Amino acid sequence: MNVIEARGLGKRYGSTWALRECAVAIPGGHVAALVGPNGAGKSTLLNLAVGLAAPTTGAITVLGGQAAGSPGALDGVAFVAQDTPLYKNLSVADLLHLTRNLNRRFDQRYARSRLGELGIPVKRKAGQLSGGQQAQLALTLALARRPRLLVLDEPMAMLDPVARHDFMATVMTAMADDGVSVVLSSHVLAELERVADYLILLSQGRVQVAGEVDDLLASHRVLTGPAAETGQQARRLNVVHARQGGAQAHLLVRTDGMADPAPSGWDAHPVSLEELALAYLREPGAGALPGPARGRPAPLESGQPSEVTQ
Amino acid sequence: MTALTIPARPEQDAGLRPVPWPRMAWVTWRQHRAALAGVAVLLGALAVYLWLDGLQIHHAFATDCHPASSLACGTTFSGRYGTTGIVVSIFLQAVPVLIGAFAGAPVLARELETGTFRFAWTQGMGRWRWTLAKLVLLAVVVTAAAGAFSVLYSWYNQPFFASGYAIPFSTRVFDLGEVAFAAWTLAAFSIGALAGMLIRRVVPAIAATLASYAGLTLATALYLRQHYMTPLLTSHPNLPGSAWSVSQWYTKDGNFAFSAQGSQLVRTVTRFCPPRYWTSNHGEIRVHSGGNGSPAQCLSRHGYTQWTSYQPGSRFWAFQWIESGWLVALSVLLIAATVWLVRRRAA
Repeated sequence: MNVIEARGLGKRYGSTWALRECAVAIPGGHVAALVGPNGAGKSTLLNLAVGLAAPTTGAITVLGGQAAGSPGALDGVAFVAQDTPLYKNLSVADLLHLTRNLNRRFDQRYARSRLGELGIPVKRKAGQLSGGQQAQLALTLALARRPRLLVLDEPMAMLDPVARHDFMATVMTAMADDGVSVVLSSHVLAELERVADYLILLSQGRVQVAGEVDDLLASHRVLTGPAAETGQQARRLNVVHARQGGAQAHLLVRTDGMADPAPSGWDAHPVSLEELALAYLREPGAGALPGPARGRPAPLESGQPSEVTQ
Repeated sequence: MTALTIPARPEQDAGLRPVPWPRMAWVTWRQHRAALAGVAVLLGALAVYLWLDGLQIHHAFATDCHPASSLACGTTFSGRYGTTGIVVSIFLQAVPVLIGAFAGAPVLARELETGTFRFAWTQGMGRWRWTLAKLVLLAVVVTAAAGAFSVLYSWYNQPFFASGYAIPFSTRVFDLGEVAFAAWTLAAFSIGALAGMLIRRVVPAIAATLASYAGLTLATALYLRQHYMTPLLTSHPNLPGSAWSVSQWYTKDGNFAFSAQGSQLVRTVTRFCPPRYWTSNHGEIRVHSGGNGSPAQCLSRHGYTQWTSYQPGSRFWAFQWIESGWLVALSVLLIAATVWLVRRRAA
């Protein structure tokens, strides 16, 4: 089952397209990370998925075919928006009761025990909690709805490292215990490796990379070798991004099942998720999508890496 | 997994679901209790004042107005309480829009301004049921409160009407009447709700509500109300005391001569009748003292006929219901438009 599926999806605000011709299918059972530079359309895609915005073109469904924003979809999808907006003048207990009244399902006992573990006093007003506590409260309210899909928009942006860790620990526990699927957007790349097992990379309103993290890591390597041979290797290999440091060149290549991509005189290293994401972010023309190769890496066609940094 | 406190029901319906009113009542109360408390304090304080003042006025009417044409009655209701009655009615004119602006405008504007709509509208309730329930519940509460208050106000006003020093039809008190006051409050609330949705910020939405409401009340009082029913026409110089004179003009030899508001009347009266008997105050003719009779009588002697179109006092209730009727219809439209905007608006 795809927790989010979109075809030909476009969203225009005024005369600007925030998202265009977006086709994406995010399978369930993952923590899927939506990554991209500012303005890539991450928030737009998530707003469309939770029904806050309506598509200009195309269609988006959630939880295996339910229209985004429909009553069935709202029942099964919980959303924690950027900066976790909550009613600051209401007490934590009031917010629990309010959320319970706004949903068919609400696990009051779970919510109370989570807040107890986190040491968040239920009598305090939401506005008097720390940023980390507010984020945890918003997450707890979302999880107590027992959603099948949890959507988090930049959940870590405002949090300090400890709060980030605690927040994601709550998400991971919920995923392990209840099998909730998670889709989160982030530009904190370093955090993603620990939490995400599915990656969607958005760039300029289009999906550039999509796939399971393990598959993506297995199908990419960093090759290190003499800089003079860069051009020659680029013609042979599927180079995503090339970086040059002195006499050495580092090529991030897509191996596509090649047993030993490294030519003689070159070393092949595994790639980290952060490196991989950065390489694609720097090369908006490159792509790695599941199924028949839709995006062919740009450097292959030009024969030259499009960015070489000294 | 722990037990669910509210069990999940089978997902039998993908389309429309009924609004769970008790749950939304709790939500609405908890989020808007400050605004509702403000309404209660405002109306409560005014009610206490009207009650205390009203007791005195009723007492004065009982002692001084036997009959109502007596000099003592005039001294009391034209002099002693006259100004109070006017000040109170002018102040009350602002009450519906205060309620509307401060209870109605923030309902959506605050959510949109602070971003909490992203929380509220992604809950299982869904955004349009959430909006409809909140607006309907708040509208019912403020309208009922205004209705109860206006009953007290009409009790307060009884001696002024009974003594003949005010008429229920006068512009100053008509829209504070039994039904119209509640309807105007409902309209102000609905204007506020729509302004909040369109403007999306609390303070500008409140300002817009005040401005639109002022425009609507002025247009109604000056141009609209007199046309609810075709006015009656008379050439009799004296109208029944409770009637609302809509306009006056003069004819001579069956042709229109001039209106009672224009400067031509002043010139004509000056020509035919000694000026010491009258004075012009905002274009109206007032008689200083008896003498040779009123300007109307003077003009009558020179062949002019005074015509008056008027709404008789017996039409007061019909007018209350007509005005309330279109205000309620307008409010339903405005609330429906607000819900529709919430439903389709891409946030």
